[in-house]
Amino acid sequence: MSTPLVLVLCTVVLAAGTFAFRIAGPLLRSRIELSPRLERLMAVAAVVLLAALVATTALLEGHEFAGFARPAGVAAGGVLAWKKAPFVVVVLVAAGTAAGLRLLGVP
Amino acid sequence: MRSIWRTLDRDLARDIGLVCVADGVVGVSFGAIAVSSGFPLWLPMLLSLVVFAGAAQFMFIGIVASGGNPVAAVLAGLLVNTRHVPFGFAVGDVLGGGWARRIAGSHLMIDETVAFALAQRDTERRRAAYWACGVGLFLSWNVGVVLGAFGGTAVSDTAVLGLDAAFPAVLLALLLPSLREPATRRAALVGVAIALVTAPFLPAGLPVLLALAGVLAGLGSGGRTKRTEVAGR
Repeated sequence: MSTPLVLVLCTVVLAAGTFAFRIAGPLLRSRIELSPRLERLMAVAAVVLLAALVATTALLEGHEFAGFARPAGVAAGGVLAWKKAPFVVVVLVAAGTAAGLRLLGVP
Repeated sequence: MRSIWRTLDRDLARDIGLVCVADGVVGVSFGAIAVSSGFPLWLPMLLSLVVFAGAAQFMFIGIVASGGNPVAAVLAGLLVNTRHVPFGFAVGDVLGGGWARRIAGSHLMIDETVAFALAQRDTERRRAAYWACGVGLFLSWNVGVVLGAFGGTAVSDTAVLGLDAAFPAVLLALLLPSLREPATRRAALVGVAIALVTAPFLPAGLPVLLALAGVLAGLGSGGRTKRTEVAGR
């Protein structure tokens, strides 16, 4: 495995790069006045990103199908959220469904 | 800062608290997995403090532990974290003014804080949700990682608890209010389709970025006039 020095250097580079990504938006936004239209576009972009994240993390593990238990749990939570169930119920049912299915031997 | 806690109502605080607990347990698993993969105790703790992005941290540890090149692991982690650039444009105004807030607020920018902020109706609540979720998750994630690093393999497999399903469910529940709007929903559906079709072939992080093309699908909503206006910018 890599030496401690290499690990520290890699961590610092990963942290610095990640921070640069994070602060780019807030910095640029403080310099330029965004039109309401553009502002809305940014919010839609964030929703699209998060939705894609939901889909990929629910269905895939790396490049492969994650198995049935996880998407089933997310779907159960999603239906409850659509029916405006409390957030706590949504999250617990999602986790409980996935855990329960695995207990029954569903991958 | 005081006004943030005043704006935060009981329901929102409870929701954020639940996500903190769930992510804390995932943090325990991260610490345990890192140490049981042969990394020194301090590495998962340092990563969690200065990178503070779960997916990138798991990816980094996973690649290096399996004998991969550490530089490749850094690049893979950075690619996964690229999504924070568009996130920053979406929630940049939520952080508040001044350098201290901008720096600290940027470091707390993760999927959950962005999703909680976007789910709120007005600016005041957006700010309160963002900061409460960010500070809460930073604490619970790092405490979890320390416990996992020292405590070993107690919770090395969060799949048994179904927590791998909890993370997408949390984001989905927070997104639903935005998705009730037809133009946003259309954009998201196209984005999801792009991400799912490309994910089996591309490195992690890239499919989610490509999903941004879905935003164009949302633009067409208001007919021709809207589209030409945007194109004319």
